[in-house]
Amino acid sequence: MVLDNTILLGIRLISPELILICTGLFLLLLDILIKRKETVAFAGLIGIFLSIWVNLKLSSLGLSGNVFSGMFVFDRYGSFFKLIFYITAILTILISLRYLTIQKGGIGEYYALILFATAGMMFMASASDLIVLYLGLELMALSTYILTGILRGQIRSNEAAIKYFLLGAFSSAILLYGISLTYGLTGTTNINEIASSLQALNLLKSPMLFLGLIFFIVAFGFKIALVPFHMWAPDVYEGAPTSITAFMSVGPKAAGFAVFGRVFFEAFGSLHLEWSGILITLSILTMAIGSILAIQQTNLKRMLAYSSISHAGYAILGIISATPEGVSGMMNYLLIYTFMNIGAFAVLIMLNSEGVRGEELSDYEGLAKTHPLASFIMLIFMFSLTGIPPTAGFMAKFYLFMAAIKAGYMPIVIVAVIFSVVSAFFYLRVVMYMYMKEPKGEVALSTSGSLNLALIITAAVTLLIGIFPSVFLEIAKASVGGL
Amino acid sequence: MPGTYIPINYLPILIILFVTTLIGLGPLLIGIIIRPKRPYPQKLTPYESGNPPIGEPRQRFSVRYYIIAMLFVVFDVEAVFLYPWAVAYGKLGLYGFVEMMIFIFILLVGYVYAWKKGALEWE
Repeated sequence: MVLDNTILLGIRLISPELILICTGLFLLLLDILIKRKETVAFAGLIGIFLSIWVNLKLSSLGLSGNVFSGMFVFDRYGSFFKLIFYITAILTILISLRYLTIQKGGIGEYYALILFATAGMMFMASASDLIVLYLGLELMALSTYILTGILRGQIRSNEAAIKYFLLGAFSSAILLYGISLTYGLTGTTNINEIASSLQALNLLKSPMLFLGLIFFIVAFGFKIALVPFHMWAPDVYEGAPTSITAFMSVGPKAAGFAVFGRVFFEAFGSLHLEWSGILITLSILTMAIGSILAIQQTNLKRMLAYSSISHAGYAILGIISATPEGVSGMMNYLLIYTFMNIGAFAVLIMLNSEGVRGEELSDYEGLAKTHPLASFIMLIFMFSLTGIPPTAGFMAKFYLFMAAIKAGYMPIVIVAVIFSVVSAFFYLRVVMYMYMKEPKGEVALSTSGSLNLALIITAAVTLLIGIFPSVFLEIAKASVGGL
Repeated sequence: MPGTYIPINYLPILIILFVTTLIGLGPLLIGIIIRPKRPYPQKLTPYESGNPPIGEPRQRFSVRYYIIAMLFVVFDVEAVFLYPWAVAYGKLGLYGFVEMMIFIFILLVGYVYAWKKGALEWE
């Protein structure tokens, strides 16, 4: 085999991922040479922006298609998810700088691992072969396990990493089992070929295939923390460094949804009736357990963990409805969720200073009197997570639920709205603590330029999408054309 | 045809599996059934006429062994990949050469990283 045009096209189309991986390797070396960790973070940001630029350039050239013998696909569906991953990585780096100095975890591998995890997620979103999907998933997962335990001196962080690793390894094994069953029946791991051989070999009624399908749901459900595969989420989210919790609750979750969509629509699209039945049950359970258990939490990180579980329950409605509107509604939801969730974690990080965790609900008592601006920003995120207009969270839920109703899933939307009302209790409780209680003492805010920048971006976008939703929805709508 | 595929060519392997299991476990089972059993404390020690055992064998040992083991695996995998590449070099040509150089370069970065981080020093 010589270097011919198809290989060159392939290398061009994976160049955004290659740039991220090369930057990651470069950061590992830079970390050894340079003492200032801010420089390492800055170099990482430059790598991400370079990768975004190349990705936009490729999209504007109108390049798309399957490369590397159908292993990798560059399309608008994947590109939209990559946008989410880029935003997640940038915001995570911005909110990490100061936090890591306070927690004494400022090691350079941190930023390299974020880049590797982002590259893994991008491979997941672009995989058109189950093996590439698995490799991307492992690259993402292994990096996240290490990031979870990166505060080596803290027992919570170690505990979270071990829990995440053990359960994650288990779910990877289940995914591999699902892949092997599908391969055994269809004779291929290519997602498009699976769909055609399901028809050609008359496998639609095969119980073995159904078992494989269930394994896929379990493995992907673990990544997006669907009930009953959510057990790891609260402990891991609480123990991990807050910046990594923000990253995990958004990036890997969106990647999980990306592969959910890709595999279930393209490979198992003809089995929609079967898998949508399972997913409806899981979705209702997820919304119920996520919202109800969040009420009990007094630790804000744990509360946000349960809230992120319930949000996965809403977003999966897009997969269930399986219409272009449903999928674009889901993608829109995930994009908006990225901003509001990372924003909420950024406020948590701001309250974290030397010796003060700033994670308990009582730390927020009377915050509006001492720090009105910080409280107002937190108020925006809490309103948005509840879904109150004119914030972005309302638009996200509105379009998603509308699409699900149009697809004929009225009863489950009613359930979703009910639990959305339940969730208002614990989101607005934070607001109540901030605005209607007397301050207990002086709370020091640890602000920094990059953290403020992240807060301004997330708060501004949360409000802007809420007021002018159509612009963003159009992007998401155009992106599902490929599926 | 996939789905209805019965791997008949692998039947000898299945038979070998059964036979080897039988050969392995059979004598042990026969031994357990027919041998005389007269245990006494000296007989039950690991080395009957050696030193008396001190303490448990399951101890904690230095975490550095893990780092060495991990580095070994990484460079072992490199060697495993290099052999088939060298054999098939004529067919792979320039493409294979570039791919392998990239692979070695990535491992080289890892090597420099491990070296500078002090993973190769025992103290």
